[in-house]
Amino acid sequence: MLSLFKELFAYMGARKKWWLFPIILVLLVVGGLLVLAQGSAIAPFIYTVF
Amino acid sequence: MRVLGISAFYHDSAAALLVDGKPVAAAQEERFTRKKHDPGFPENAIRYCLDEGGIDLDDVDHIAFFEKPLLKFERLLETYLANAPAGYRSFKMALPVWIKEKLFQKVGMVKSLTPLSRSGKGIEEKLLFAEHHQSHAASAFFPSPFEEAVVLTLDGVGEWATTSVAIGRGSTLETVREIHWPHSIGLLYSAFTYYTGFKVNSGEYKVMGLAPYGVPKYADRILNTLMDLKEDGSFWLDQKYFNYATGLTMTSRAFDDVFGGPPRKSETPLTQREMDLAASVQAVTEEVMLRITRDLAKTYGISNLCMAGGVALNCVANGKILRDGHFKRIWVQPAAGDAGGALGAAYAAHSIHAKKPRVATNGALDGMHGAYLGPAYTQADIEQRLKKAGAKFKTYDDAGLLERTVDALEAGHAVGWFQGRMEFGPRALGARSILGDPRNPEMQRNLNLKIKYRESFRPFAPSVLAEDVSNYFDLDSESPYMLLVADVVEGRRRSMTEDETKLFGIDKLNVPRSDIPAVTHVDYSARVQTVHKETNPRYHALISAFKARTGCPVVVNTSFNVRGEPIVGTPEDAFRCFMGCEMETLVVGNCVLDKSEQDPSLRVDYKDKFELD
Repeated sequence: MLSLFKELFAYMGARKKWWLFPIILVLLVVGGLLVLAQGSAIAPFIYTVF
Repeated sequence: MRVLGISAFYHDSAAALLVDGKPVAAAQEERFTRKKHDPGFPENAIRYCLDEGGIDLDDVDHIAFFEKPLLKFERLLETYLANAPAGYRSFKMALPVWIKEKLFQKVGMVKSLTPLSRSGKGIEEKLLFAEHHQSHAASAFFPSPFEEAVVLTLDGVGEWATTSVAIGRGSTLETVREIHWPHSIGLLYSAFTYYTGFKVNSGEYKVMGLAPYGVPKYADRILNTLMDLKEDGSFWLDQKYFNYATGLTMTSRAFDDVFGGPPRKSETPLTQREMDLAASVQAVTEEVMLRITRDLAKTYGISNLCMAGGVALNCVANGKILRDGHFKRIWVQPAAGDAGGALGAAYAAHSIHAKKPRVATNGALDGMHGAYLGPAYTQADIEQRLKKAGAKFKTYDDAGLLERTVDALEAGHAVGWFQGRMEFGPRALGARSILGDPRNPEMQRNLNLKIKYRESFRPFAPSVLAEDVSNYFDLDSESPYMLLVADVVEGRRRSMTEDETKLFGIDKLNVPRSDIPAVTHVDYSARVQTVHKETNPRYHALISAFKARTGCPVVVNTSFNVRGEPIVGTPEDAFRCFMGCEMETLVVGNCVLDKSEQDPSLRVDYKDKFELD
């Protein structure tokens, strides 16, 4: 997890996208809850663009 | 310097090994796992590449991944943010995948790669991440035969870029233009693939094959309603008509309204409407690519063009760019899709990151070794494996083998041809191929329905001796990777009778159109592979022997698989496929297998074994 945060900080610095920081933080929390609440599933996507 | 390239976690995972700037090995994971378009971590492909190079990960200087996951995450977040609250359903499903897996790709890769090194250390320090389109561009330029070229990459989407232009000079490659998500010619084509009832990411080439049966009557509607296409080929897609950015489908209801109805359901009968839609999106794609390439030729004044990215597999458009004449020479990376990103990332690490000089092709066609970069089997190994599988075979010397294979081709058999190193990329190029006699008017139908179990509208490709290409096709350059479409020469065409010209749609198919009808599409075009002595001497010798017997230097070449199955990788895969379809003869190395001599109890019901593509 620590290395992920390091990567994220390095990325935000390189791309000058610090404004994404609060969003990413909230998403990580919400996403973590979603993960706990359900399994991940990408099957319904006709085409996963990620 | 040794660089391992990896593409994974999206579709068509692959690995490639570059040693001192030369590709030593490259393979797609699907060939090992037998799972078509396998997106998983390519452990088998990596093991193969390292074995082929006689090294382990400790001996590798860099490990290059083909894209930047965090930039993709940025695109995802900004897209959802821009469209909120629309897209919540998609967001709810995508986010856990990222939080659970994709954000931890680097950690996951280090974990998966560690067992492949003796010391189990230093993996993280070796990891590099290239941009998706940089990987494509590197795969297109560095192995090309050109010292200087314009490099065009087009696909669905990478991180942000969907189309990019770079200028390659010597060992440098500089990106000069990009078109960003969600405006994508690849996704426009995929939207029509979805709308015409085919599977996105694998059915695009079916749309291309269907196009000649239709009339591009919707082309203007696409150009005037769905998109804004500029003179220089840059484009903007009106997202009102699409749903891929934040939805679960490709197209929206507004799209249905424009084209008069919902998408075709998969596996339902094809109608003239789908053919016209296919013809229309193909015409628009060609127009976009022609405008881009004309502008690039004019702007940069460079006579060579390199291409990669999934859209560069559109060989019909590639052929038109070549004939358009704005570029003197075109070279397309044979693994133009994401699998080729593994090789491109390795090239990018070697030449762009480490600034090592590019290796000259020294008179060879290019640096790809004919794309024969996969596993090979010795004759002793083949015999042992076939015996173990219960196969009955006869072994021939080289000359006898060619004679026996030509006998089978002349008798109208479908011949499985498994020789040497496996191809890297989606096309079978005479190493893992099914061959037939192109003069036989029944061959196309038989191969489609009895061997490949696929839709009867799809054309087959000719393999022609490079020295004879212009006697059969309107093409005077090499096309070793089946990535250029050219017309059958006028003199070999058969004129249609009045009744025949009135035929419409798939009824056109049954009318022979030339003296090589099995490889002549309904518009007299053919997806040509030129066969070169230098890169595949045995295949060249076989076609030469066929020519000596019949006067025809062309054979039908289709990939060695049934519908939905990855191309065979091992002699056992080849034997299984042979026993699972109605192929009459199989040639593996110097062994020849006759279907009538095989143990009938080994026949397998193969047709439904693979999920349809």
